[in-house]
Amino acid sequence: MSILAVQLLNSLFYASVLFLIAAGLSLIFGVMRIVNLAHGSLFAVGAYIAAWLVGRAIGFGVPVIWLLLVIPVAALAVALIGIVIEPLLLRPFYRRAEEYQLLVTFGLLLILEDLMRLVWGGLPLTADTVMDAMPVVHIGGLVYPGYNILVIAIGMAAAVALWLLIYETKFGVLLRATSQDRRMAAALGLNVGLVYVAAFAIGCFMAGLGGAIVVPSHAAVLGMGVEALVLAFVVVVVGGLGSLKGALVGALIVSFVRTAGIQFFPEVELAVLYLIAAAVLIARPTGLFGTA
Amino acid sequence: MSLLRTIDLHKHFGATHACDGVNFTVEQGEFLSLVGSNGAGKTTLVNLITAHLQPDSGEILFEDRDITSLSVAARIKAGIARSFQLVNLFDGLSVFDNVALSIFARQGKTAKIATLAANDGEVRRETREVLAEFGLAAKSELPAGELAQGERKLLDVAVAYALRPKLLFLDEPTSGVSSAEKAQIMDTVSSVVRSGAVTAVVIEHDMDVVFRYSDRIVMMHEGAFLADGPPDAIRANEAVASILLGISAPASSNAA
Amino acid sequence: MKAAAIALPQFNTRLWLYAGSAIGLVVLASVPGFVGLYQTQLLTYGLIMAIAALGFNLLLGYTGLLSFGHSAYFGLGAYTVAFLLQWLGIHSMELYILMGLPVAAIVSALLGYICVRHTRIFFGILTLALSQVLYSLALKFFWVTGGSDGLRVPRPTLLAGMIDFAGSGGFPRFIRSYYYYVLGVFVLSAAIMWMMVHSPFGKALQAIRDNETRARFIGLRIRRFRWAAFLLSGTFTALAGILWVPLNGLTTPDVLYWPFSGEIVFMTLLGGFRNFSGPIVGGIAFTFIKTYAVASTEYWQLLLGTVLVVLVLLLPTGIVGALSQISKRLWASKEIAT
Repeated sequence: MSILAVQLLNSLFYASVLFLIAAGLSLIFGVMRIVNLAHGSLFAVGAYIAAWLVGRAIGFGVPVIWLLLVIPVAALAVALIGIVIEPLLLRPFYRRAEEYQLLVTFGLLLILEDLMRLVWGGLPLTADTVMDAMPVVHIGGLVYPGYNILVIAIGMAAAVALWLLIYETKFGVLLRATSQDRRMAAALGLNVGLVYVAAFAIGCFMAGLGGAIVVPSHAAVLGMGVEALVLAFVVVVVGGLGSLKGALVGALIVSFVRTAGIQFFPEVELAVLYLIAAAVLIARPTGLFGTA
Repeated sequence: MSLLRTIDLHKHFGATHACDGVNFTVEQGEFLSLVGSNGAGKTTLVNLITAHLQPDSGEILFEDRDITSLSVAARIKAGIARSFQLVNLFDGLSVFDNVALSIFARQGKTAKIATLAANDGEVRRETREVLAEFGLAAKSELPAGELAQGERKLLDVAVAYALRPKLLFLDEPTSGVSSAEKAQIMDTVSSVVRSGAVTAVVIEHDMDVVFRYSDRIVMMHEGAFLADGPPDAIRANEAVASILLGISAPASSNAA
Repeated sequence: MKAAAIALPQFNTRLWLYAGSAIGLVVLASVPGFVGLYQTQLLTYGLIMAIAALGFNLLLGYTGLLSFGHSAYFGLGAYTVAFLLQWLGIHSMELYILMGLPVAAIVSALLGYICVRHTRIFFGILTLALSQVLYSLALKFFWVTGGSDGLRVPRPTLLAGMIDFAGSGGFPRFIRSYYYYVLGVFVLSAAIMWMMVHSPFGKALQAIRDNETRARFIGLRIRRFRWAAFLLSGTFTALAGILWVPLNGLTTPDVLYWPFSGEIVFMTLLGGFRNFSGPIVGGIAFTFIKTYAVASTEYWQLLLGTVLVVLVLLLPTGIVGALSQISKRLWASKEIAT
């Protein structure tokens, strides 16, 4: 019974991280009609920055509980990187064919992957201290890291915050208007360029946040971003691209299937996942809630 | 037997009835103009007949055969073709290839992968003939994207014509071109179509063009037919004149 | 005078095509005589990538579908060779090709059936995701696939077993003979691809690429054509994988990993995807560029990524596209002069 509870919590932990990455991807696509192939790499950058900051903070003797602040700081750093990337690399391509956008973001991926290697080297970077600093929870006879529960809470908070932002704020109206009809929005006097930068920055923030919250549990390693992107794609294939609800439901489905798969069919857990994705696609070609 | 008959055709988009119980007949050999203000339902009617849209209810009979459930490809095979209001061409292919492709498609040769398209003498001959009829022979090697607007409209018609249809729908073949070119285009189109014994239905807004070239004029308004008859009858129809403000029939008639 | 000006370019393009191909062939055939073993080997890899890119571009340049999952077919070709060796003891290159291509065709047909029901971005995402199914299978079923260590494939026999490379001096002989073998396969496959894209089928694909609505309204069945193009494209790229693995001596899951699909897209764009010869130039050029990048710096991904971004910004039509634009300007200025 308690094992089941642990598996459930693990799934929710994983789902929180996946949701953040996929929601960022979907938001950027929904508003800007761009799929950023480097999105996974930004997730990795968030993980690396967070782990690095933790290391430096410990070096300066910062009390451990303050280390949690590293998480939003790292996410903000990734958002700032996004604010630099958008006008430099993406804006020249909005008028061009989609193929070029995919290519330029692939180039960005290559650049980011090597920049991470350049700055932080080839060895994994950990932030275990943050996880160890959190109290443990007793479930049945088992001991479970309290940090994971914090991550689940952060995931839920992010989902609620995004939903509020998109549907309940004036800025959200701008986002939705621009995503539905860019030219009309511009004709109405909206500063589309600003909306784009903001949307991209928020998407990058989500990716960076995902990386920052996962790194105390899983060390930052080279190539984690490339791997993460594939999973994010499976999430949007299942849940639908461009939909917040889709990212949430997709992340939950992918996460639970993966956990169940690891438990019962460890060799083919990914194949089971893809099978489910294929089944969803046959029934609903744009994913469960897709707008693509 | 009428070439085409629609029976009580309905299509609505939300609250708008684009086609409200339309009974449309087209006789063999006619050159028919379909007119009406924007949103009257003309393009919707053509879209329904050519399978671009599915009707909510009603039937479409072509040569007394029910084609309502047939696909686009099947209707083309039966003998219905169309051109588009916003020019739809294969811009990356040459003018020659645009027309040749229609012929390849018509002859079922598009599955051929082991022969060069340039080697099919029969298709090349027919392509040259069609291009000559439409006055586009001189531009045949240019990419379709590089033609002037008037030529593009002609090519759009030529591509549809090369399918050798029995019934050809032309959606505003003279829109977007200067008035001098309009007459040129319509002269070409009507002479080719008539000499090829193709029945044509033309959606047009320019009433001068309509009165000059049509055998019969059908006027639509809010999804239904308002008037239907030869140009003289339409000209005399006061209901027509009063509904369509701003469109006045030409005072003197120089139509044959 | 005007009639001559219109007729000449046509005549000239054909002439340039045949002359250029003949010259290119002569140059390629004489390479091993002038350069060392290493360069010959590199050029062999280049020709193999040219085949992969040609196959890929059938889908992108001619059908208008951007696949980010072509590593799947390349890797499928490579692994099929390894399995043929391991399970059936086959050493013959011809059998590798004859048996590997149908396998690739079946898998492409299957994956293509799923993918062509979608277009544009979703198509790209789907091709990427599905290609990773193969990657994860190769990684997970390590008792079959060798896992991350991969499978070894020693030198095959060429020309129905008549030529083998055992014994001393085997390596240099292999490199030189394999170069000509690959060159022969390359010429044959380029000719086949050229014929396909200039056939009525090829014209239909281009029509669908240019204007899907219009293509439907001349009676073309869009999905069927796209699926056929997908099948042919995957099989072609698989041929490249089949040729690659005996030269590399080893196949690992890396060749199925999706960044490799990105490299295939990169090289096609490098050469230019709107021309027939673009992928050929791109495949060869990319192979050399990447090899030198890897040799010169640890951060070769950074270098390649920057090259890619600059390329997309400045040379969207690729090397061949840029060259043909330059030559058009020169020709046009000549016309004005006369």
